[in-house]
Amino acid sequence: MDLKLTPEESSFRDELRAWLAKNAPKNWAEWREKPLEESFPYLRAWQRKLHDGRWAAVSWPKEYGGRSATLMQQSLFWEEMARVEAPPMANSLGLGLIGPTIIACGTEAQKKRFIPKILSAEEIWCQGFSEPNAGSDLAGLQTEAKLDGDHYIVNGQKVWTSYGWVGDWCELIVRTDSTAVKHKGLTALLVDMKSPGVEVRPLRQMTGESEFNELFFRDVRVPAENVLGKVNDGWKVAMSTLMYERGSYGARLQLTFNRYISRLIELARSVQRNGRPASEDPLIRQKLAQCSAEIEIMRFNQMRAFSRISATGVPGPEGSIQKIFWSELNQRLQQIAQELLGSYGQLLGGDPHAVDNGLWSYGYLRTRGNTIEAGTSEVQRNIIGHFVLGLPRSY
Amino acid sequence: MQFGLSESQEFLKDSARKFFAGECPSAEMRRLMETETAYDSALWSKLTDQGYTGIIYGEEYDGVGLGKVELMLLMEEAGRALLPGPLFSTVVLAGSVLDAVGSPTHKKKYLAPICRGEARATVAILETSASWNPRDVQMTAANGKLTGEKFFVSDAGVADFILVAARNGVFIVDAKAKGLKISPMSGMDLTRKLYAVEFKDTPGEHLGPATNLQRAFDIACAALSAELVGGMQRTLDLTVEYAKTRKQFGKPIGMFQAVQHQCADMYLETESSRSAVYYAGWALEENAPDASTAVSIAKMYASDAARTVGNRGIQIHGGMGFTWENDLHLYYRRAKASENAFGDATFHRERIASLVIDAPGVTAKSA
Repeated sequence: MDLKLTPEESSFRDELRAWLAKNAPKNWAEWREKPLEESFPYLRAWQRKLHDGRWAAVSWPKEYGGRSATLMQQSLFWEEMARVEAPPMANSLGLGLIGPTIIACGTEAQKKRFIPKILSAEEIWCQGFSEPNAGSDLAGLQTEAKLDGDHYIVNGQKVWTSYGWVGDWCELIVRTDSTAVKHKGLTALLVDMKSPGVEVRPLRQMTGESEFNELFFRDVRVPAENVLGKVNDGWKVAMSTLMYERGSYGARLQLTFNRYISRLIELARSVQRNGRPASEDPLIRQKLAQCSAEIEIMRFNQMRAFSRISATGVPGPEGSIQKIFWSELNQRLQQIAQELLGSYGQLLGGDPHAVDNGLWSYGYLRTRGNTIEAGTSEVQRNIIGHFVLGLPRSY
Repeated sequence: MQFGLSESQEFLKDSARKFFAGECPSAEMRRLMETETAYDSALWSKLTDQGYTGIIYGEEYDGVGLGKVELMLLMEEAGRALLPGPLFSTVVLAGSVLDAVGSPTHKKKYLAPICRGEARATVAILETSASWNPRDVQMTAANGKLTGEKFFVSDAGVADFILVAARNGVFIVDAKAKGLKISPMSGMDLTRKLYAVEFKDTPGEHLGPATNLQRAFDIACAALSAELVGGMQRTLDLTVEYAKTRKQFGKPIGMFQAVQHQCADMYLETESSRSAVYYAGWALEENAPDASTAVSIAKMYASDAARTVGNRGIQIHGGMGFTWENDLHLYYRRAKASENAFGDATFHRERIASLVIDAPGVTAKSA
């Protein structure tokens, strides 16, 4: 056990730090609050700049434009990005999930065709997995694709698609064999979102905004060469994508949480409680301390998980622990913010009296989704119970 | 950066596990807890042969010179076996106090015999207030003599000498000194015996200033947390095993999500405690600026988690979990005693608050 940086890790960080000092935009704060539709060109431009410096996809192999960064280096990457408060990248699903899946499962032609434009943010990607009747039970999905000559004809509906409104391409999981048992008849297709028959509708969520879309497919023709992986092997492809999803997200969130808790501590000093600053109130102190300790433990868990994956090469159950840990912690953190702010906590962005322009009322509502998206807490506990502890399958 | 254990650390952990399983299996642990002191001299000399009694102390004091992470691993395995007797009191607590407070001469005289397995010792801290805040110590030595009463002193019944926290320093008192009276207190944890220690004009040798105690307390806290991790792991293992074999409604109860999800939470709580403990061990070893915060994070989290894991384990075992013959309650008892020792979760949250809220910037992020 040695938590000091290796020379390779230090030089990676120093190179990045120097690059960011020169290139990171200084005005992200002005854009952060704006709707994504408005800031999207800004985020595209930022990703292109990162790509020019070969920083857009550090985890990818060198031959595909990445830096073959280790997990520790990836974690340093997000740490440095957070330190300079750099904006996110436009094509985050393409870079984080779908690109790596294409590199792992795609043909040479597919890699050549899609990878460069994922990196440059010329083509934005979205993901068509969940359906109205297939959420946690993803393998029960019904969107079907029937082979017609050298094309598949796709019919069905997807839901909870991030970036659907701006997506040029979609990694779509479809049913190609309705006679096979559930997950054995699925195939992954790369679908051009401009194809006739694709309809994208906004899905309004409980926060009032529309981060996600519903996708409708009516007789959409997809060339057979756009099958990712093998026909009827889509479950494996989908699981590969989800693995990337659970792997890296925690590292980034931990830094966001650090920013939140620092802000809450700052607020606690300025908010009065029983005639003294809330930061001197024993109950508030207990809650802030618990929360800040848990944020640290999330970091320790993450570092341990990275070390284990680096040693074994196989992502284990760590992802499920981290998913439960961060999503439930985020909800507790938001509740503490509400307690601290009292009546002001409910004020929405735009209200002249709102604290931090409604960040905390938004966060309180938005975090309800944390224990549902990217695999519900119940599914994560099933995964730990069955795959880690070896208990019999409960479903 | 490497948070995993090194090969030699894995080896130490593995051999400690095998050693405790062989020398102190459940039946032996139960035999010892029924004795007056829970101490067995034959077991003690075997611990000495393994080098455990001198694990973190310098070779100049006949120690082995390993680091705090290694100490965490040893205590985790001792906790998994629910090892009875004074390993914690003597080696971790008294040893760390001698190491942090004493002069080289003191260490030759008192620490070296501990490392060689020749002496047992403990530290007397709490008074009537039962406060773990060192500032609440009232006892004061006058002319090298101590008068008053200390409570909750672990393993004093087998100690050759007792280190006493007083307002004006730390004092060493021989167990046979005049005016010293040691009487048992009946604590919930049957494997770690507690005593009240009364001093009446009892001579004590001045070891050093009480201000250096905190460093030793931090090591003790981290080691207790490591024991708790071992106890949680054992509770989890027993519970998962039971959930796989116990059948109701024609199915193993581990198939029911109400049971399975509790097991998943036990796993999450155990692993998160382990991460916090290993980090605390590393931070102590490296004298990292956030070492005290890291210790309090570990003690706070593990104290709460050990109780919760115990609750879940007993609940899942149903009626079996409520019987005397099942080992779970023995771990549960230890968890409660250790939860309180050196400050419970509430105590450590307040300490974290004072370190993080009142003095921002102390929490060092990764170097």
